Amino acid sequence: MTDDHVIESVESFTARARLWLAENMPRTQDSGRRAQPSGHSDEEELAHISRNRDLQRRLFDGGFAGICVPADYGGQGLTTAHQEAFNREIRGYEYPAETQVPTLTPCMSVILEFGTHEQKKRHVPPILKGETLWMQFLSEPGGGSDVAGALTTAVRDGEEWVLNGSKIWTTGAWWADWGLCLVRTNWDVPKHRGLTVFMLEIHQPGIEIHRIEMLNGSREFCQEFLTDVRVPDSQRIGQIDEGWAVGTRWMYHERTISGGSPYVTSPAGRPAVALDPTGGAVALIPFARRQGLLDDTRVKELIGEAHALSLVGTALTRHIAEEIRTESMTNQAAAITRLWFGSSAVRNSTICFELVGANAVAWSDEDNDLGQRGVRFLMRQASCIAGGTTEMARNAISERVLGMPRERTVDKDTPFRDVPRSAPNR
Amino acid sequence: MFQRNSEQQLFEETTKKFLDTSYPTAKLKELVDDASGYEPAFWQQGAELGWTSLVVPDDAGGGSISTQGVKDLSLVAYQFGLHAAPGPLMGSNVVAAALGRWGSKQQQLGPLAELLSGQAVGAWALAEAPPHDRLGDVALLATEIEGGFRLQGTKSPVEAGLDAAHILVTARSEAGLRQFLVPADSPYLTRSPLHGLDTTRRFARLDFDGVQLPTSSLVGAPGETEGTVNWLTDLAVTIQLAEMCGAMRWAFDTTVEWAFNRYSFGRPLASYQEIKHRFADMKMCLEASFAITAQAADAVDRDTPDRSELVSAGKFYVGRNGPELLQDCVQLHGGIGLTFDHDLHLFLRRVTTNAALFGTPSQHATRLTDILASRGVTT
Repeated sequence: MTDDHVIESVESFTARARLWLAENMPRTQDSGRRAQPSGHSDEEELAHISRNRDLQRRLFDGGFAGICVPADYGGQGLTTAHQEAFNREIRGYEYPAETQVPTLTPCMSVILEFGTHEQKKRHVPPILKGETLWMQFLSEPGGGSDVAGALTTAVRDGEEWVLNGSKIWTTGAWWADWGLCLVRTNWDVPKHRGLTVFMLEIHQPGIEIHRIEMLNGSREFCQEFLTDVRVPDSQRIGQIDEGWAVGTRWMYHERTISGGSPYVTSPAGRPAVALDPTGGAVALIPFARRQGLLDDTRVKELIGEAHALSLVGTALTRHIAEEIRTESMTNQAAAITRLWFGSSAVRNSTICFELVGANAVAWSDEDNDLGQRGVRFLMRQASCIAGGTTEMARNAISERVLGMPRERTVDKDTPFRDVPRSAPNR
Repeated sequence: MFQRNSEQQLFEETTKKFLDTSYPTAKLKELVDDASGYEPAFWQQGAELGWTSLVVPDDAGGGSISTQGVKDLSLVAYQFGLHAAPGPLMGSNVVAAALGRWGSKQQQLGPLAELLSGQAVGAWALAEAPPHDRLGDVALLATEIEGGFRLQGTKSPVEAGLDAAHILVTARSEAGLRQFLVPADSPYLTRSPLHGLDTTRRFARLDFDGVQLPTSSLVGAPGETEGTVNWLTDLAVTIQLAEMCGAMRWAFDTTVEWAFNRYSFGRPLASYQEIKHRFADMKMCLEASFAITAQAADAVDRDTPDRSELVSAGKFYVGRNGPELLQDCVQLHGGIGLTFDHDLHLFLRRVTTNAALFGTPSQHATRLTDILASRGVTT
């Protein structure tokens, strides 16, 4: 591809973005993020998603969607420096938070990296316009972290593939449009060599969506049951049986959610993933003041600790992204940022719970925000599980960044059908 | 650790080579019982390399490598940490920074010039003994007398307090905080050596029993000294942070190498998942420490509004986790890591000592909340 036009300077872009945002994007009312998922009715959730589509469309119409996406596919063809500048400018404005993850990354990132020209032409512009929202059909009920052990199977039938199996932990599959799906296309070779990736429409006969109720009442996560789902071969991403090459990059892009993805629009200083929609321990300062706790050294230490972790997290995100950009570190170092956000969110949740005390386990209507600290504590480990567990991140850091010996596997050279598996549990 | 430009790289490389040859760890162990812990000739050579002039303005005789003097100094401090190097890096730089910014012409021509050349050593007497040992607590009294002030109280611990010729003393007066440049040989000033964890550094207790000083020994105007002391604290903590990063880096790299080479039950330590995961946590801690230290140094350089926030976040995080990283390195070494012969303890001493001085991690966490609460921040 030739690219002979002169790229707009970051300064000029920034000035243009500032002006455009002021005239076209609504200011945030509160924190700019959704409040408690558990407090949302389905109607509110759908209204939120519709609002999100509208915000994404505004960015597209204004020429600020897909800043690092090539112009051929509806983007702006600019650089990460432009995206970073935009992320600084969009602070204080509403933005399409739900589009960022997993639609823009990892899904669009994977399509841009592995899709054919036709596939990119067809799928990337609707994403940037807010018309299609994507989900990851990756985890399986029997799989957990071992995503390459996918059991969902695709069998070729002429120009089509027939899919059967089940995927799980898909956020909002009931309102999303498309899915990126990793399936087994060959059971007679070792597990990494028999996988293929497809794009599929979520709402079609043969896909049954079951909403999972989490312990906090959230029903965002879904499990999908695929029965004889027919997908044209033109919706295959990458080569047949070489889906693991796609899958490893897919999971890499997933790890960049915590910072470093060139495609994510997110107000600077705020991670793209909501770690604590209640605003962290710092938001508890007014509560502490009300309770007369701001003279208590122990309370001040806890609030200060939470704030320190947040500042260090921002510094670390920037540092690792820079190390990867300048090739001082392998891109696997994104696992360091992932581990940070998992473990620091856990600590933050514990601090909040400790600060609130008894009000977090039994509360009145007017203290609902305090009660939510208790609920968040129950959900605490989500930050170390979702998006790849912190154990997997620690494997990646020790093996891929520090070069330590890989874990021994028993399934590497065995045809997948002969590999021991969990008993079906759902 | 930091992004460095080519001048900074060259400067750091020179410092590294100098420390490599001057202070191999065997030499540090020889100096354990030495009164200073370093050789004055080496300190003067370091001063010639620029170690003492980086955070002093040009017109006061100083000069940085990159115009970001604090960052330049952090590179020296990082190398000091990486070598567990001795020498009055902290005291001389903090006093020189203060004199370069707020000192009188006389103070700049005399004491500052001596500090810059490495001929004399500086010490900052800020900390006090319990019950006034919390960060920012100053009880030493400065009473105005005819033609000057009288100092009464105790400062402890003061790094390089015995070696220093010029001591910057932070005191409380009727007009709030004031700072004085006190000659080490002042009458009624008693300096006593303290025991210390860090075998490469020396600390002293300073008793001021009616030390009389002329008005010309004041550094800075009343009313602005509170801010001055805050800035100097942030500078001092930044130096500590960079040193800790260097020492942590040494311990981490050494322990990684050990884990690859040490075999147990027929396989290297580095092949056990339990141990790999601990290295992953340590690696995260190391990179997070580098990241916040670089940000803090940048904020002190540019004197940004969030300067103290970033510095305290750094001191909280690195101060809390640095010693833990070192202890984990000891654990992974086994018994050998607790011996005097092994070098690990030199770095454990450095990190542990820095963690406790100029505000403990807990005190910096408290400082963060005070900053937030005073701003009325709610989100």
